[in-house]
This record gives sequence, structure tokens and C-alpha cells, in this order.
Amino acid sequence: MENFTPYTSLAGGILLGISASILMYLNGRVAGISGIVSGILNNPAASEKAWRAAFVVGIIGGASVYAYFFPVNIEPREHVTTALLIVGGITVGFGTAMGGGCTSGHGVCGISRLSLRSITATMTFLIAGLVTVYVVKQVVGA
Amino acid sequence: MNKILSALLAGVIFGIGITLSGMVDPNKVVNFLDVTGNWDPSLMFVLGGAVITTGVAYRFIFAQDKPLFDEDFHLPTLLKVDSSLLLGSALFGVGWGLIGYCPGPAVASIGFRPEEPLIVVVSMLAGLLLYKATSKSQ
Repeated sequence: MENFTPYTSLAGGILLGISASILMYLNGRVAGISGIVSGILNNPAASEKAWRAAFVVGIIGGASVYAYFFPVNIEPREHVTTALLIVGGITVGFGTAMGGGCTSGHGVCGISRLSLRSITATMTFLIAGLVTVYVVKQVVGA
Repeated sequence: MNKILSALLAGVIFGIGITLSGMVDPNKVVNFLDVTGNWDPSLMFVLGGAVITTGVAYRFIFAQDKPLFDEDFHLPTLLKVDSSLLLGSALFGVGWGLIGYCPGPAVASIGFRPEEPLIVVVSMLAGLLLYKATSKSQ
């Protein structure tokens, strides 16, 4: 537990909650990243593409400005190759499209509405993630 | 225009929150999932803070007739747990555990540390389109 950061993580989580609340209160939309990004590609309406793109631009901008003032230190990982990033990225994209959401849509917004689908989805991807990391670390030994 | 500005504002707060939370560090995500190893429970605080804040705010918001800048709340219409939800979420979890990125942090990291996240986001988009293509042909 050497890298445990309860305070900043809690504060960051509260900001995510404020963001999700603003998007619902003002626009009536779920702050689910996979769904919002998917709509930029798949929703034919220009007005749909516009707010979704603005949200994504906001995320990248907000993160960049924050990281400029408070640099984020991330240890390089040796076993994570480009091939693994591609396979993992495709699996994440395919899985969130098939399951109708990711950590933000199901995990935050869905659970906050007490949606049975979102609670089930969150339990499922958490367990799948735990098992995957266990297999990678303990069985493969990476 | 209001809808675009409010989405931009929500995005900026999301971007700051996700970076502050530590979720943009894939090592931290993998350590959160590594319960038998060097476990880092921080992400429980991210999820807890987000769900409690959103849960309380949603109660107030859904007591309104409609959102400020739209005619209706756009909520998911599917209510049943089905095999797509389970299989899709399981696949997502496998990918998440393999690389330590879910969509939000991957997108957020593009601006300040693009090497890995850019590969991940482009691959995510490919996976998303692949699902759309395969699910339409059935």
C-alpha cells in the first residue's frame, strides 16, 4: 500500500461526480466516456457530434492544464509493448461498445441511478480486471 | 451553443478530476486490481467520491421536469441484464487489466503524455468500430 493516495483520489472522484452532475443537470446526458466518444463516430447528427467533441476537448484540456501545473509522474513499464497496448485497446473499445459503457458510464453514472445493468456491468469488469491482473502477475509472471 | 459550452465545462472538470485522482497512471490502476500483490485501494476512493457526489446530485436533478438546456433527460432505455452486457463488460475488464487504461484516463492523458494513450485511444476506436460492424451484420 506504499502508493495509497486516499485524499487526492477522493477529491478527484468528487470532481468526476460534479462533472457528471453538471452534464445531467444542464444537458440531460450521462457522462460516459465510451458512449460519448462512440457518438462522435456513429451519431450522424451534427449537434450530437458537437457537444460530444466539446466534452472530449474539455477533458484533454482540463487534464493538460492540471498536469502542466502539477506534473504527473508515471513510472515507465517494461513489459507493456505496443502490441499489447493495441490488443488491450481494441478489447476495451469492443467490450465497452458491446457492454454499453465503461467505468464512467456504468461505474459512476449508472450506479448513482442504482441501475441493475450498471451495477452488474461494474461487478463484471472489476472481477474480469482482477482475474486478468492475477493471471498476468502470478501465472505469466510479468 | 449552451449545450456545447456546458459539455466543455463538464469535460474540463472531468479532465482535472481524473488527473488529480491518479487514474491516469496505469500502474496505479493495475495495482488497484492486484489485490494479492502490492494492492493500492485508492481507486475505491475515486469511485466512492464520484458515486456519492453523483448519487446525491442526481436525486435533486431528477426531481426537475427536464434539464436546463434540453427537453428531456437522455437515460439508457435498456433495463434487462443480457449476455451482451455481461460478455462486453468482461472483455472490457480483461483489456483494462492488461493495459491499465479505461476510456476516460486514456483520452485525458493524450494532452500531457501522449505516447501510450494515443495508441490506446486509436485502438479503442478501432475496437468500437469493429463491434459496430460485427453487430450490424448479424
